[in-house]
Amino acid sequence: MSWVLVMPIAVPFATAVVAYLARNYPAGRWISLAGSALSLVASAVLMVAVLNEGVIAAQMSNWDAPFGITLVADYLGAVMVVITAITGLATAIYALGEIPEHVESLGFHALFQVLIAGVTGAFLTGDLFNLYVWFEVMLIASFSLLVLGGGKERLDAGIKYVALNLVSTLIFLSGIGLLYGMTGTLNMADLRDSVAAVENQGLVTVIAMMFMVGFGVKAAVFPLFFWLPASYHTPYFAISAVFAGLLTKVGVYALMRMFTLVFVGDVGFTHEILIWVSALTMFTGVIGAAAQTDFRKILSFHIISQIGYMTLGLALFTPLALMGGVFYLVHHIIVKANLFFVAGLAQQYAGSTDLNRIGGLYKSAPLLAALFIIPAFSLAGFPPLSGFWAKYLIVKAALEIDAWFIAFVALLVGLLTIFSMTKIWGMAFWKPHPDGIDPTPDRAPAGVTRAMIIPIAGLATMTIVIGFFPEPFVQFAQTAAEQLLDPTDYVETVLGVQP
Amino acid sequence: MNSIIFTAAARLLVSLLFVFSLFMLLRGHHLPGGGFIGGLIGAVAFIVYSLACGPAEARKALRITPETIAMLGLGLALLAGMFSFFLGDPLFTGQWYWVGGDSYETSAFSLNTVLVFDIGVYLVVLGGILSLTYAFEEET
Repeated sequence: MSWVLVMPIAVPFATAVVAYLARNYPAGRWISLAGSALSLVASAVLMVAVLNEGVIAAQMSNWDAPFGITLVADYLGAVMVVITAITGLATAIYALGEIPEHVESLGFHALFQVLIAGVTGAFLTGDLFNLYVWFEVMLIASFSLLVLGGGKERLDAGIKYVALNLVSTLIFLSGIGLLYGMTGTLNMADLRDSVAAVENQGLVTVIAMMFMVGFGVKAAVFPLFFWLPASYHTPYFAISAVFAGLLTKVGVYALMRMFTLVFVGDVGFTHEILIWVSALTMFTGVIGAAAQTDFRKILSFHIISQIGYMTLGLALFTPLALMGGVFYLVHHIIVKANLFFVAGLAQQYAGSTDLNRIGGLYKSAPLLAALFIIPAFSLAGFPPLSGFWAKYLIVKAALEIDAWFIAFVALLVGLLTIFSMTKIWGMAFWKPHPDGIDPTPDRAPAGVTRAMIIPIAGLATMTIVIGFFPEPFVQFAQTAAEQLLDPTDYVETVLGVQP
Repeated sequence: MNSIIFTAAARLLVSLLFVFSLFMLLRGHHLPGGGFIGGLIGAVAFIVYSLACGPAEARKALRITPETIAMLGLGLALLAGMFSFFLGDPLFTGQWYWVGGDSYETSAFSLNTVLVFDIGVYLVVLGGILSLTYAFEEET
């Protein structure tokens, strides 16, 4: 049983080792691809197990909770693992086309697999300190990936990225230390009761705010998001796509986990702050995007604005809102990674990502144009694409508790998102190329573009499927939200108390 | 750095440090020590050597690149953890075979996966630290 939980983490680690040893041979990239496919299988097995049995948990090294490290998967954890594996596979295929050989021999595939292992570990762990370790694994791998290939711009971005993320992990670590000092446990399920039993609840709220800031930097919420637009436009597109899809979402996941499982003592205070943070995140992100003219910078600012919707789902703290938050999380990873993939292919065709210097893609690459429209309109919340249902759930949840202003902000931000997306559409696809050339697909080698268009088409198909058949996904999100709001199952499974 | 005293002392220091790092590694688990601290001391041995004879010479002494050492270590640690799969235990459960007894006190020595895991950690730390310091030394 326990191996079902271990495999999604162990497979990418093992793949990293083998891919690193084979980094100078073409076999390396195929090993990485096979590893990613295997990860997807492993996470699918985990998903099936969770669907059949509800929450599952395993104690590493046979040390019983709350003393050892627990791996645990509920509906939210399982779906995040599956979506991570899907993004990983899509990126591995995309990298076949984009990543040049000299970067591969620097160990791209190994670092990428370690990153996937780190993200998966963060989604599966049931131990707070272990979560910190996974954050560090992710940080080391992502920093190396960010500066891979060198250049002034990348180093500049890398230093900003790593400095701000180190600050966040330090705050997170101090929070862990204080929490451990007060309760004597770091097992998340055990913390739920221990934290509630602490006499000085004021101190608990202070620690809760430390966690909110620490995870907030990771998730890139309102006053803490500077590192994201400063760094996401520099690395290879495959790398920035996997960052855009997964990294900030780990922060959101950690917020969702901690602020439904552990820090629920003073919801009126903590979640109220989160509501306003979310509103400001949505708004500043989308306004920031309006000022940009670089394909990837626009997308980077939109990550921030979309993060606001997810944290809003948590902040409103009703079953419907959390359900919307979970749905949004899954939809957003697919859509956002895909948009970065599209940006990479657009650069292959037109030669740049600066919107002032490219154009004419609609005429020369209609397939790419069609594949851009799907995730772009889904991001903006056009029915019947997946983003529409995600936004619909969040806005409805806001209206249900008469938070009119928040609902208004959410709708306004959706409208402004369309503005940005039409800007990309108009400048990259509709207007003629400023150099007067025709950015034909022949400009890029066929082998390259073929590898890059497969994941784009695959993820776009998933967006459409979720959009047209949202019923099973919504039901899944509903169960996930119920488990979050009433974690009795989670706690009992982890601590081994069988009902 | 071109100091005769340091170069002469380095010869002695390197072997001493390296033996001590292996001692720390083998002593681990039951007594203070283990793969992490052993790997650090082992890395110090190689750093001293590279300061005395230059990073190019130190790389030659290592024979394989430090990055490869770290990755092999990661693989070894993972394998040690996965071993418990065949015995139906969760990941990383230590498997012990006592030779000449049935516990730490009574047996002569033991074969176990914990040591294999520790050797993996040793290699990861050694390789990781060396790849960083060599890169810095070669840069300047």
